[in-house]
Amino acid sequence: MNRLSILGGRLIDPANGIDARVDLHIDRGRICGLGAPPGAFNPDRAIDARGLVVCPGLVDLSARLREPGAEHKATIASETAAAASGGVTTLCCPPDTDPAIDTPAVVELIRRKAKRSGRCMVLPLGAITRDLAGTELAEMAALKAAGCPAVSNASAALASILVQRRALEYASTYGLIVLLRPEDPQLRDRGCAHEGPVSTRLGLPGIPEAAETVAVARDIALCEQTGARIHFRGLSTAKAVRMIERALQDRLPVSADVAAHQLFLTEADIDGFDSRCHVDPPLRTTADREGLRAGVASGAIGAICSDHQPHEPDAKDAPFPSTAPGISALETLLPLTLRLVEERLLALDAAIARVTCGPADVLGLPLGRLGVGARADVCVFDPDEPWILDPHAMRSCGRNTPFAGWEMRGRVRYTLFEGRVVYET
Amino acid sequence: MSGHPNVQLDAKGRLRHFLTIDGLSRELLTEILDKAESFAGVTEQTVKKVPLLRGKVIANLFFESSTRTRTTFELAAKRLSADVLNINISTSATAKGETLLDTLRNLEAMHVDMFVVRHAESGAAHFIAQHAAPHVSVINAGDGRHSHPTQGMLDMFTIRRKLGRIEGLKVAIVGDLRHSRVARSQILGLNALGAAEVRVIAPRTLLPPDIRSLGVHPFHQLDEGIRDADVVITLRLQKERMSGAFLPSEREYFQLFGLTEERLRAAKPEAIVMHPGPINRGVEMDSQVADGPRSVILAQVTYGIAVRMAIMSMAMSVGEGGREP
Repeated sequence: MNRLSILGGRLIDPANGIDARVDLHIDRGRICGLGAPPGAFNPDRAIDARGLVVCPGLVDLSARLREPGAEHKATIASETAAAASGGVTTLCCPPDTDPAIDTPAVVELIRRKAKRSGRCMVLPLGAITRDLAGTELAEMAALKAAGCPAVSNASAALASILVQRRALEYASTYGLIVLLRPEDPQLRDRGCAHEGPVSTRLGLPGIPEAAETVAVARDIALCEQTGARIHFRGLSTAKAVRMIERALQDRLPVSADVAAHQLFLTEADIDGFDSRCHVDPPLRTTADREGLRAGVASGAIGAICSDHQPHEPDAKDAPFPSTAPGISALETLLPLTLRLVEERLLALDAAIARVTCGPADVLGLPLGRLGVGARADVCVFDPDEPWILDPHAMRSCGRNTPFAGWEMRGRVRYTLFEGRVVYET
Repeated sequence: MSGHPNVQLDAKGRLRHFLTIDGLSRELLTEILDKAESFAGVTEQTVKKVPLLRGKVIANLFFESSTRTRTTFELAAKRLSADVLNINISTSATAKGETLLDTLRNLEAMHVDMFVVRHAESGAAHFIAQHAAPHVSVINAGDGRHSHPTQGMLDMFTIRRKLGRIEGLKVAIVGDLRHSRVARSQILGLNALGAAEVRVIAPRTLLPPDIRSLGVHPFHQLDEGIRDADVVITLRLQKERMSGAFLPSEREYFQLFGLTEERLRAAKPEAIVMHPGPINRGVEMDSQVADGPRSVILAQVTYGIAVRMAIMSMAMSVGEGGREP
């Protein structure tokens, strides 16, 4: 089955400005035609996409697969299957595996397992420092050669701002984008929730807004100093969004993303010590959520991520501060993004851009678009079909989601990866 | 807890667990105080026992060390004729890697009827209550910085006994509000029971930035904060606040926030002085105040038994769908 046509769908390709009823034709893993089939094209299979939206496969800048090192939580095979069912065809795997992604051997291992699974492209993010310890630089040039499109220190802090400066300079020497989780570890202290009225009432150690804004200000200053390309991973405060908007006005090479759950939940959701809403960075105020939404609407936040973190049930079964942060989120990335359309924050094509060409542009990769010759990674979804999220029906090994029972819209019907149907329902 | 069913009440709104004062009605809190009043007599009799909880097993589950609280809980349980297990977990199961849930299940298998839980993490008592078997009651004896509701209620009881009421009073709480579960419970109790004003007095390092959201008025000067107060409560100051850069020294703290007879003149002449104990003499207050006529600190300890008897007997009468009408 090398040739495939997707017929009658509403094709939305934000990168190429297309939103029209256009047929899509695929030959040996590549898009070979839009509209009328090329020459004597005779597809092995035709997908009837009438009433459906055809868009590029989703690109996710942050999804933990838990392999190697935490296979009791999830595996590359299980999570790439979850990705396929969520319409995600490319994902970046942060380097906080065990061992960390700080040598080409680990990159190779992850890529090989992902290839064997064959449902999604997995891009390992290289570690900035050895063992993520924050002190000595990892061999970034070798990591790039092995296939890392960018480097990151995951949630681990760098030992000093001097190490950070050197890391930015070294990474930029080799054209590597640096993904930073902006957080000052000392201001964070032992916090586990937003420092605000809810954490005050619940007596939970708070993480102040300044833990993020201080880090963003510092990182922007270093960006000015070094000229290195910085991507801010996972914002949580409205103030950080405004700082990034100003940096963009100053034409600094920065970009930012947000986890989808930050656009829907707030600190109020942890009330009752709900560990499903224990996330990192923490859920903050309604004003922060609105600020993040405004950043997504303006484009200052160019990408929405799943920030997928599958856990075994025990990891969430403890007093709130001891629970593991994170949400199993690959399967809610598309429906939550589409909810922004329903809530009139974004037009449909702009929403799709935030999960396709937006994140691809952060990486500087020609993904998340459907032009002739592009790789045939495609998501076909029903924009109207309502469904209720049932954690037990999720493909991911992690069932940890606060969105259980939410009515979602936007059901993935087909996911194509390299021209093959890797998921259909 | 808006949006969350109050896990500590049963379907009829009666006390099933006692985890926090948050969300409890003035009526229920008053019922606890009235019941404690009836038990206060028992503790003063020669035979200091009532048979209310005969045959019941109560486990004192202390993941954090405590002398006073554990002892008064034990006395309260014994005066209700229950059997008491004291389990000091910090030196026991968790040191062997057992999870909190496993510890709980094992004790349940021994047919324990009530857990009295102290734990260093906020939310621990809620967690245990959510996972406990239906017939088991959980009493929070202090969880992290969140709540210490029996202490809060014994403080309400002490105020009511000494001043006859809580309604309309001005109460000042001095000290480390940021780290204090006791203060959070006192504030909730005072506001629910109609205190006129709750003031908190501390340098900004010891106040959570959103302290006003708890319904209190923050002050940074002792004299101003205790002016015309009916009740002055001082909180215990932990030594580690000095190394954590919350305060420069005990000396400066005492100079600015320590209670002395002279400074107490700003409060009402009949004002009482409280402290949850143990006191650091010369830090939170000097000995003249601690041992002086306005101090009700030892009465707090005594009343703690009656209040805990009231709470334990109320929670136990509800389990298993209500054994008592």
